Amino acid sequence: MTRAPADSPEKATSTKGVGARLARREDDRYLRGRGRFIADIRLPGMLDMAFVRSPYAHARLRSVTKPPSGGEWVFTAADLEDVSGIRADSGLPGFRSSLQPILATDKVRHVGEPLAVCLAETRAAAEDLAELVDADFEELPAVHDMMRARDAETPLLHEHWDENVFLETAVDIGFEDAAAGAAVVVKRELRTARQCMAPIEGRGVVAVWDRSLELLTIHSATQMPHIVRTGLAGCLGLDHGQVRVVAPDVGGGFGYKGILLAEEVCAGWLAMKLDRPVRWIEDRREHLTGGANCREHAYTITAYAAADGELLAVDCEAIVDSGAYSSYPFSACLESAQVASILPGPYRMKGYRCRTWSVATNKPPILPFRGVARTGVCFAIELIIDAVARDLKMAPEAIRQRNLVTPEEMPFSNITKKDFDSGDYPEALRRAVEAIDVPGFRERQQRAQTGRKRLGVGLSIFCEQGAHGTSVYHGWGIPMVPGFEQATARLTPDGGLELRVGVQSHGQSLETTLAQIAYEETGIDPAKVKLVHGDTAYTPYSTGTWGSRCIVMAGGAVAAASAVLAQRIRNIAAHLMQAAPDSVVLSDGMARAGTSAVSIEEVARTWYLKPQLLPDDVDPRGLEATEGYKTVKDTGTFSYACHAVTVSVDLDLGHIELLDYVIVEDAGTMINPMVVDGQVLGGAAQGIGTALYEEMPFDSAGQPLASTLADYHLPVAADIPPIRILHMETPSPLSRFGQKGIGESGAIGPPAAIANAVNDALAALGVEVTEVPLTPERVLRAIHGAGMRETQP
Amino acid sequence: MKPAPFDYAVAGDLAEAARQLAEGSAKPVAGNQSLGPMMNLRLARPAQLIDITALAPLRAVEETAAFVRLGAAITHAEIEDGEVPDPTGGWLRSAAANIAYRAVRNRGTLGGSLCHADPAADWAFVMTGLGATAVIAGPEGERRLPLEDFITGPFKTALHDGEILIAVEVPRPGTGARWGYWKFAPQVGEFAKASATVLNDATRGIQRCAIGALGRRPLILDAPGSLIDGSRTPAEALRSALPDRPAETLALHLAALTRALETARAEESPSA
Repeated sequence: MTRAPADSPEKATSTKGVGARLARREDDRYLRGRGRFIADIRLPGMLDMAFVRSPYAHARLRSVTKPPSGGEWVFTAADLEDVSGIRADSGLPGFRSSLQPILATDKVRHVGEPLAVCLAETRAAAEDLAELVDADFEELPAVHDMMRARDAETPLLHEHWDENVFLETAVDIGFEDAAAGAAVVVKRELRTARQCMAPIEGRGVVAVWDRSLELLTIHSATQMPHIVRTGLAGCLGLDHGQVRVVAPDVGGGFGYKGILLAEEVCAGWLAMKLDRPVRWIEDRREHLTGGANCREHAYTITAYAAADGELLAVDCEAIVDSGAYSSYPFSACLESAQVASILPGPYRMKGYRCRTWSVATNKPPILPFRGVARTGVCFAIELIIDAVARDLKMAPEAIRQRNLVTPEEMPFSNITKKDFDSGDYPEALRRAVEAIDVPGFRERQQRAQTGRKRLGVGLSIFCEQGAHGTSVYHGWGIPMVPGFEQATARLTPDGGLELRVGVQSHGQSLETTLAQIAYEETGIDPAKVKLVHGDTAYTPYSTGTWGSRCIVMAGGAVAAASAVLAQRIRNIAAHLMQAAPDSVVLSDGMARAGTSAVSIEEVARTWYLKPQLLPDDVDPRGLEATEGYKTVKDTGTFSYACHAVTVSVDLDLGHIELLDYVIVEDAGTMINPMVVDGQVLGGAAQGIGTALYEEMPFDSAGQPLASTLADYHLPVAADIPPIRILHMETPSPLSRFGQKGIGESGAIGPPAAIANAVNDALAALGVEVTEVPLTPERVLRAIHGAGMRETQP
Repeated sequence: MKPAPFDYAVAGDLAEAARQLAEGSAKPVAGNQSLGPMMNLRLARPAQLIDITALAPLRAVEETAAFVRLGAAITHAEIEDGEVPDPTGGWLRSAAANIAYRAVRNRGTLGGSLCHADPAADWAFVMTGLGATAVIAGPEGERRLPLEDFITGPFKTALHDGEILIAVEVPRPGTGARWGYWKFAPQVGEFAKASATVLNDATRGIQRCAIGALGRRPLILDAPGSLIDGSRTPAEALRSALPDRPAETLALHLAALTRALETARAEESPSA
């Protein structure tokens, strides 16, 4: 990986603050294996949980019978008195509500749904006990195909519904008029496969009941501790004051760890019931077959364009396979609600029509995964743009330049009223085309045109709305609407700084970047900053780490609290130096006024331990401040990127080799460019997984077919080509330092760019791929023109 | 994903191992790279594992003018690293280096892989392609079987109860022998989707084309000479060998055979 020489200004003024490539505070702990993850927590008397799970996708559950021996350590729905199931209703009109039981009652709706929980001294013994539990089922036909979920003859998952649809939405913005003038109309059916998020650490929970404090402590591998607390207290009928959620080190989240799981609720109930610590550590089979599901979209998309490539209108019908239940807190409809509003992306168009269906099927609930709906819509719009270009014999870069929003139009409100804050999209595209050397590549491509390995180049350009707030999420109808963020900054008596934030860092490097922001305001060395996060007992309420919001929202809150603290430090320092407060400057751990100086440590010691040195009218609020933050406008920051990739496609094998990969990324002001690089690279690796490898197929009985990592193929190090990241840095006018959220960006662009490159390589053969992942089987089927089969072999 | 309860014993010698294996539902184990995951999924539930990794005959190497005998518990990594002699002048080493990934190669063994008999596994088609011989110890003494008769089907071998594969004899190729090995696994560590070997050993008068990853035991094609000299196409050979399989399911295997043939023709540095 290399960095662009231009437009990546290292902040010459700072080696530790905003803009510095500061080494991560987290690295020492993680690289030495000193992290403490959920499975590292061992408590005296702790019992391991193992779940008995449904082997059927759809069945009536007639009975669950405990074994004669050890049955006292088995619990079923009948035992869970006073526990409510999980309900996450969308606020959008027409939503059909589902109730996800903690343990199945009369019916099971996906393979892996928990029916009973077993406890023992070890997980192995708990699994032994689970094998002895007997369940009697009456199997029902499974709804396994989202395309047929709405058919009249398809059985209903939730029998009080009238069709297997959580929500249907429709939007029409001047479509007919705009489409009428089109010179070309191009229509495609496009699909993204069902995937699993596969963080390196799965879910897990350790629940402890303290009967003297009447406090249930839930240690959970979560990215949203406060939301888990709210959801859990609701299900267990506890006051919030009786529940504390602690996230230890968390090994990746990607959205999966934002979800309240039935297993967590179960653990909380058991800890109270038994008055013993209990734990559940998700194993990879549970993760793949019963837990983490995401991404499955189907699009029928039609583009209407003028002869010069101007995009006039887009018409889309999108189906999202939402699985069996609406999960808390994002609901079954976040994906489809987003599809309708974000599909047009950074393109100008005059007319737009989109209908979406969130259909219910006998699969685990669909959950938001890094990029959420963006990976799917980017795939849909970028493939149709290329299809139009081929139709018009235009270059892919030319048709994009024709239709992208320009910097002169910023701030730009697109056809779905998305408010783009800033950016130069045409320039990002131009740099990507130049960096991958499209003209030179076209010559190489021409020379390979008769061989068995064909070459292609593909582009995708997209925006990532991040840190968007109340108005946006209220519009998407999800039960948890974010609005603001608080942080506490506290000077310790030795001159160190404690920051307390309600978000949770599990790979985002917030222990480093938030310390850099605090340094910017206080001059306190990031090495002396301690981030307290992931614990509801110590931190301000927050919806947590998701939606690419932390660096803007928690960063803004840390800046605000640090600024207030800095002023109080200056006031005390001014008194100690007999100087005017306005004349005091904080830098490198010192307060200076003219030639006088006092250390921040001395200021802290004075405040905490030697108040006799302070004046009578001292500000008694002291050296601790909690401040809140809202962005200038809550419509979100829009980071954006252009991905450009060259591929070689082996016509005999259907094998795709990634030859070169360039990402031009605009994250606004970068707090730490190295951390931005890390986020982009990690996301791109996952996006390559979506493009080439990852797929959770189901058979017609609703059985998941990739139940281990031998069958569910994740990208490995050898699959990731060297990725060149070129930065642009257009500040956002909405955020404290101009920073933009970029946590998901890398995972959005690869499927579209890679599929476009493959289609470019195969264009001369008249072959087009329309589905990811682009497995050898899929590519060969496309090449051989064989009919599409439903499931992968 | 925890195994059902099982006992574990380390065999002191071959006779003891045979005795322990004869006692009931015990299974021999060496590298545990295939059996272990199956036990974790509770798909395999042996009551007892007999660890045969350290048994002397299974660790032994013997060289003769005609072959090198490699003990069954020799690891893929030991072959890859050249810690044991390679009678083929490098063909074994490069095949070993292409098995799964290094962590698996560090523990996985030659014999374990052959006894597991996964149709997509590497040694199955490589050793079949080289015309290797399985050396089996059992209650009736030692016996030898050509590899193509040792593997009888997917996950099936000719081993009887109480028998252990103790070694594999790999013949030395003649001067000027040529070898083509080709395997398609889209990702490192994945099982092959298609694989083939071609041996053209004029000195010994041996020609052999073997196809792996067919969901069955490796296929040895008839009339390999006609493939090697180009008088018959790979497509014809595969179609006539596997008449029941639809053409599109053979596409990858066809590519594997074609490329193994090309490699064998192109190989410039034949074995000594």
